[in-house]
Amino acid sequence: MTSTSSVSIKHLDLSFGAVEVLKDLNLEIANGEFLVLLGASGCGKSTLLNCIAGLLDVTGGQIHIKGENVTWAEPSERGIGMVFQSYALYPQMSVEGNLSFGLKNAKLPKDEIKKRVQRAAEVLQMEDLLKRKPAALSGGQRQRVAIGRALVRDVDVFLFDEPLSNLDAKLRADLRVEIKRLHQQLHNTMIYVTHDQVEAMTLADRIAIMKDGLIQQLASPSEIYNKPANKYVADFIGSPSMNFFLGAVNTDGAPTFETAGQTIPLTGYEFVSSPAAGNAWMGIRPEHIVVGEAAEASDFKIDTSVEIVEPMGSDTVVWCEVMGERIRIRIDGQSSVEPGDTLRIGFDAARLSLFEKTTESRI
Amino acid sequence: MQNKYNLEGPQGTKPRKRLSGTNIMLYGTLLVVAFYYLLPLYVMVTTSLKGMPEIRAGNIFDLPVDITFEPWVKAWSTACTGLNCDGLSRGFWNSVSILVPSVALSIAIASVNGYALANWKFKGSEVFFTILIFGAFIPYQVMLYPIVILLREVGLMGSLWGLVVVHTIFGMPILTLLFRNYFTSLPDELFKAARVDGAGFWGIYFQVMLPMSLPIFVVAMIIQVTGIWNDFLFGVIYTKPDIYPMTVQLNNIVNSVQGVKEYNVNMAATLLTGLVPLIIYFASGKLFVRGIAAGAVKG
Amino acid sequence: MADAKRPNQLLRNLNAKVAAIPMVATALVVFVGCTIWTIVHSFTKSKLLPKTDFVGLDQYERLWKTNKWLISIENLAIYGICSLVLSICIGFFLATLLDQKIRFENTIRTIILYPFALSFVVTGLTWQWILNPDFGVQKIVRSLGWESFAFDPLYNQDIVIYGILIAAIWQGSGLIMVIMLAGLRGIDQEIWKAARVDGIPKWKTYIFIVIPMMRPVFVTALVLITAGIVKVYDLVVAQTNGGPGIASEVPAKYVIESMFKNQNLGQAFAASTMMLVTVLIILVPYAYLEYGGKRRAK
Repeated sequence: MTSTSSVSIKHLDLSFGAVEVLKDLNLEIANGEFLVLLGASGCGKSTLLNCIAGLLDVTGGQIHIKGENVTWAEPSERGIGMVFQSYALYPQMSVEGNLSFGLKNAKLPKDEIKKRVQRAAEVLQMEDLLKRKPAALSGGQRQRVAIGRALVRDVDVFLFDEPLSNLDAKLRADLRVEIKRLHQQLHNTMIYVTHDQVEAMTLADRIAIMKDGLIQQLASPSEIYNKPANKYVADFIGSPSMNFFLGAVNTDGAPTFETAGQTIPLTGYEFVSSPAAGNAWMGIRPEHIVVGEAAEASDFKIDTSVEIVEPMGSDTVVWCEVMGERIRIRIDGQSSVEPGDTLRIGFDAARLSLFEKTTESRI
Repeated sequence: MQNKYNLEGPQGTKPRKRLSGTNIMLYGTLLVVAFYYLLPLYVMVTTSLKGMPEIRAGNIFDLPVDITFEPWVKAWSTACTGLNCDGLSRGFWNSVSILVPSVALSIAIASVNGYALANWKFKGSEVFFTILIFGAFIPYQVMLYPIVILLREVGLMGSLWGLVVVHTIFGMPILTLLFRNYFTSLPDELFKAARVDGAGFWGIYFQVMLPMSLPIFVVAMIIQVTGIWNDFLFGVIYTKPDIYPMTVQLNNIVNSVQGVKEYNVNMAATLLTGLVPLIIYFASGKLFVRGIAAGAVKG
Repeated sequence: MADAKRPNQLLRNLNAKVAAIPMVATALVVFVGCTIWTIVHSFTKSKLLPKTDFVGLDQYERLWKTNKWLISIENLAIYGICSLVLSICIGFFLATLLDQKIRFENTIRTIILYPFALSFVVTGLTWQWILNPDFGVQKIVRSLGWESFAFDPLYNQDIVIYGILIAAIWQGSGLIMVIMLAGLRGIDQEIWKAARVDGIPKWKTYIFIVIPMMRPVFVTALVLITAGIVKVYDLVVAQTNGGPGIASEVPAKYVIESMFKNQNLGQAFAASTMMLVTVLIILVPYAYLEYGGKRRAK
């Protein structure tokens, strides 16, 4: 069962006193998979990572790594390497000292240590930094050393705790690519915690979106983007975020969605199970609303008046009021739209997301 | 915890022994440490409640058999210093009358200094501040005599106000540092906004800074009250016997060579003198710690 | 713009300057002026009153030939080294104990720190009583059956300074502990996590990672303790008054007695100048490291 999983989490509970942080959490992570734990702060994603690392004692359940039950094992015995947000380098030691301190402590032979440090330095292209102290390194270099410290441990599972949050935007993008390259080169299992959806979308094989200690959806980035499992996930992923309309699904004849006097045909929408009538949310991403000629060819079209225009260069976000809701539309950056213009917009049923009104889960 | 999900092997919280070896060592050591630090207080209290015969017969760690408050009464009102026999009460009131103006004056001056240094830097202000901080490390003995001369020149030598001035001077480095660091930590925009609104040096100080700085004034008061109350050196040098502060009076009572040593009275007197700072310490709790941390770590 | 008058440089920030007069006066007149005055007069043969008859290094020569001064210096050295080492070790040790996520942390910290609120006079008198051979520790140990036990530091010339040391450590170690604890709490928690993932035992993490990171805290503690050591006066006056004989004399006491009792101002000035030199020996390298070093690094 566990032989194909690299990390397997079974019925994990964690509470601090009366506060339940993680509740009956189950997660199977395959060998060589890049899994991203994504969520707003306080959702329990870092807590989960710390549990996997053994830095927090769990309240219930089990953690298996490489088929072994490590629930009670010390962090150093779990076959993991970890990279921290603040880098957590030992400031008084050189880069080489940082990389080798744990190995020396584990009483590895000297030439083996040397070999591993050398290899890590090569992989991360920092051979010429080995003699420097962390204080003499840039933020990006420091984070590379921190990754190197996980690398020399020669482990199968890498844990990243918001590793790029302390870097500026440009460096973050560079290191993100670097981590991706590292994963393609090493094929290790990587578990990566972040609150940044761009990092999650670009890096992950699968994303686990967490909220209040529960996994809301565990799926590939494209599925999470295109078929969010519930309204929270739909709202969390995507920028600008999805537009929502409250209305009702009508299943008399071909299914339709009715809101503010309009009837939107749902032919072409993939229902999770057979369509049922009832109150629901309809969501449509700003980039899935089309204008101009494309709008004419859409399943549903309507006229609206432009309120605010936000040009962003590559594209432009237009705010307007449709069916009683203020919505965002993402259009090409070169189109000229002015506030007050009348805009014909449209969208296809296949692009929609429908959520049951009270449970907010996808229908 | 019952096995809800039919899991095998280790699960849930790693079992830990409550009485592990490490814990016994840790709490054992802490117990010994706490005992060592509390012992003198215990000895002071018990000794001060015993009669002299009981002290001579027993040992200092015994609990008092016949509790008597006579030593306290005697220490307060009739103990002899060699010069007079009206006990510590005189010293207590002397200390109070030294304390009140010294604390008020030193805090008033240092807070304005700190404010000027934080928000109204002028050419040379940092130099004077550096001298001030280094001055805190100069042994007092180096400056004692010239200050005697200065005080004599202005006619304050041997008077209460002379001592107040001395306390203000020597309290200035730490207090100025405290206030400067605090005012520096306040958002600069606040000060700028007040200036744009047309407030001046004193206007900003009284209307913007003061209302926001109550905690730091309390910290400064704790530092000054304990510091000045505990002072011995300046009290003995810059005042005359009839206005000696309590610490000097205490030392004169306990170490006076005349008469039979009355250890219970001595301990009662010692406790009485330590009472004011102790009350402040136990009442202020975290603020006291904050005071010394502000003075120490940032210094 | 052009007709706006450029304000007089001296009058700029006038209020701030007026407000800073007490500080400027203290810094210049007291800290600089008085110090220089004393140093200058240490080269004179002032006796009862300060004079300006310069006699070169005579006062210093006499000082270093005076037995009482030599004993004072020896005491200060023993007391200083011991209290430095003990305060730092005990302070750090206690801080690490309190850092173990223990229960009753606040209570224990309160207990360890309360002596610091007490004056040296109170401390000295209390320990004088506890160390009293006829009633205190010595008597108790003897009454337990160890008849020959001798621990009477306040009546034994050879160990009297250690009696003072015990009291001083009791009074001051809480302060060092609080400073060290603040330092420990300032260490990034992720460093601890990283060390655990690396499999480094706790004691090794303290020695090889945490202590090197706390270097500035140690330096601060060192400077504070040193400044306190040189000033030690009230404690000795209260606990032993320099006795037995002159066995527990210290420089600060030597200065004050020369000044106000023996009417030998020249000696007092020379001795206090020596105290200043001692402080400078510690303070100058510290200031250089702290301020000079920073300028170079950034």
